Amino acid sequence: MKKLLVLGAGTAGTMMVNKFRKALSIDEWEITIVDKHRTHYYQPGFLFIPFGTYKKEDVIKPKTDFIPVGVNYILSDVDKIESENNKVLLKGGKILIYDYLIIATGTQTCPEETPGMTGELWQKNVFDFYTIDGAVKLHNFLKTWEGGKLVMSITEVPYKCPVAPIEFVCLAEAYFTKKGIRDKVDITYVTPMSGVFTKPKATKMLGDLFVDKNINVITDFYTEKIDNENKKLISYDGKEIDFDLLTVVPTNMGDEMIARSGLGDELNFVPVNKETLQHEKHKNIFVLGDASNIPTSKAGSVAHFSADILFENFMSAIENRPLLSKFDGHANCYIETGYGKGSLIDFNYDTEPLPGMFPLPGIGPFGLLKDTKINHYGKLLFRWIYWHILLKGKEMPIESHMTMAGKEK
Amino acid sequence: MAQKTIANVTVSINEEGYLENMSEWTKELGSELAKEEGIDITDKHFEVIDFIRNKVEKGETLTIRAVGKSGIVNIKEFYQLFPGAPLKKATKISGVPKPTSCI
Repeated sequence: MKKLLVLGAGTAGTMMVNKFRKALSIDEWEITIVDKHRTHYYQPGFLFIPFGTYKKEDVIKPKTDFIPVGVNYILSDVDKIESENNKVLLKGGKILIYDYLIIATGTQTCPEETPGMTGELWQKNVFDFYTIDGAVKLHNFLKTWEGGKLVMSITEVPYKCPVAPIEFVCLAEAYFTKKGIRDKVDITYVTPMSGVFTKPKATKMLGDLFVDKNINVITDFYTEKIDNENKKLISYDGKEIDFDLLTVVPTNMGDEMIARSGLGDELNFVPVNKETLQHEKHKNIFVLGDASNIPTSKAGSVAHFSADILFENFMSAIENRPLLSKFDGHANCYIETGYGKGSLIDFNYDTEPLPGMFPLPGIGPFGLLKDTKINHYGKLLFRWIYWHILLKGKEMPIESHMTMAGKEK
Repeated sequence: MAQKTIANVTVSINEEGYLENMSEWTKELGSELAKEEGIDITDKHFEVIDFIRNKVEKGETLTIRAVGKSGIVNIKEFYQLFPGAPLKKATKISGVPKPTSCI
């Protein structure tokens, strides 16, 4: 009996075991998935919780609902991977042997990496919305907040869902307008990058949107620490920003287990071939989703598109065929812009987000880099698609590789 | 592609002033590029430059955090050596491509 072991039952790992259980004979392959948490979170929904659009119940389900029959599910923390011996040690002493390993342990927020972030103002005036706990507490804070300086700050790159802080300030702007206190709230977006987004056309579109919405932008700001006493965000080169409410994207890092296993870079992300998704040294290890260091967005759409590539390459690898399927870095992200509208970007390693129309059989087309109502409905509809189609590894009417159809150069 | 003569050698640069070919770089060229950025180059700068060129040669991604963990400088010192936008300035002076953010 051959053994496929998957670490991490998030979006990436769950999709993989669903695909492989269908494809691999149950008489020949044992499939095991390990995760330390019981609950599967619909993470794109976290963004809506601070504004009361979604509640906690809307974004959680038991992980076991999505693990197919014929896959062993182990609820445990991983101590480390012994890649030289094809072994994974679990906390508590259990040892799992594998023929093939898929690492899908994702990324997590590490606010303690920034001095002062988890100080006395943490979850009082300083919040994150990348955890359910943070999103719910921010919601409670906003209910009674009467206004002041709102600063949205990105601490480090890369981070999960690059558009989320953009969406957050747009939704906040609409929320305060609806509450009648927009004139009392000063909104500032702070980023270590040189623009609102990295690539020129999307930066222009989103930059213009921020001007329209009267949202200030501070670029090239690399956060060193937070001064709790004086409510200031301070950069490494001594720049200071005052805040009354600070929402942060904390430093993102891969699982600590990756560092213990000696498989990570300085942020515990696993270096992997960006086209085949195979580990360069250990050919029986593949990495999927946010856990890898591939140079594209850390996002569910990337995990989804690259899952198809990993699947093809894995099937080749077990039959000693060359790995011919190449991932192009395809990412596809809805951007909520407030007032029931949204935008959409679609891009890959080589092609920046371009304007145009995005064809999607049955539902679309959606406007690319356009601010439209249908894009917002696309985002809302996606929650249903996520739970019922995507996680279960079913076919979606969207190509793994990016297409130029509809895009304007 | 534009040509530029710096420190008596002609090199190809892109529209943002970054060297097209990192093998055309020399220490003298680095000193001149530093001057253009208003930086008086020191041995410490060259240690950082060596680290950056090594990382890029190996095809590894370059971040401010990685430089801060290099053992040569911490992040604050990196900012002091290359004020303002340290990674953008340091890569330009090191003759390597401008680092692209992944998103």
